[in-house]
Amino acid sequence: MSKQTIETTVSSRNYVVGFLGSLVLTIIAFVLVQHHMFSKWILVWMVAILAGSQFILQLIYFMHLGREPKPRWKLAVFIFMLGVVIIVVAGSLWIMTNLNYRMLNSPQQINRYIQSQDGL
Amino acid sequence: MSEVVTTGQNTPQIEMTDKTTLGFWIYLMTDCVLFASLFATYAVLHTNTFGGPSGKELFNLSFVLIETLILLTSSFSCGLTILAVRKRNNALAQTWLSVTFLLGILFLLLELSEFRHLVVEGNSWRRSGFLSAYFTLVGTHGLHITAGLLWLAVLRWNLLKRGLTDITAKRLTMFSLFWHFLDLIWIFIFSIVYLFGVIGV
Repeated sequence: MSKQTIETTVSSRNYVVGFLGSLVLTIIAFVLVQHHMFSKWILVWMVAILAGSQFILQLIYFMHLGREPKPRWKLAVFIFMLGVVIIVVAGSLWIMTNLNYRMLNSPQQINRYIQSQDGL
Repeated sequence: MSEVVTTGQNTPQIEMTDKTTLGFWIYLMTDCVLFASLFATYAVLHTNTFGGPSGKELFNLSFVLIETLILLTSSFSCGLTILAVRKRNNALAQTWLSVTFLLGILFLLLELSEFRHLVVEGNSWRRSGFLSAYFTLVGTHGLHITAGLLWLAVLRWNLLKRGLTDITAKRLTMFSLFWHFLDLIWIFIFSIVYLFGVIGV
């Protein structure tokens, strides 16, 4: 009985769809970049969107995320992980660019800034 | 899988299976956080080439595409292994598992030859902050692949010696999650490191 249930939820069609979808998305991204088909920032966004789609596709069709029965612990842990990842990546980039921006000033400018902030 | 709780005798085992898979899933998610921190490091350091070559000059996109397709196919054949396991077809499971193994080895060899090429030309991790971050990120993925291949070899041996028992089936399911997860990480390495590198962000 248990085997029956599992087989109906996961079939070979899942994997074929996931595989062919990923294949197409990968090749589109490769062709776009290899032939520089658009300007720089449009390309960046397109690659990001293609990667995101492939991520979701593989999560659903290869890792069967969200296919579990009701108390969806896997999904809950996954969403928590996404939160942590976004904070780590966005936070690091934010802090480091900010730091870069401040360090690019000359020492005199930094001194003046510190003096201007004195007494705060 | 927990929906199939039926007779009293089976209940504890199913309960345990479910907890094991969930535990393994939680490990995978923490591994995602590890990779996220490496990606963040790479994103911060990738412009610091210290006068050395940038990704645009170093990366051979066609070569990386071949690596990507090999890993993707290996992830697919790993899924087919699981289907064979669900159908209790040991011979088929062994075949697909071997295909997964061979493709995994091939991927690892290509990656190592890429690393070797970089190091021989003087672009090792000691060259610049960019290359340190690159080798750490891609190298950690490669290390995971190596560990996965060892695990795969052991499972293959298990299938051969003990046949397709419930325990082997459970281990194979967890291994397939691990292998798909590595392909998932590779999507981002391919996009962020290689494609963005060649675009020249």
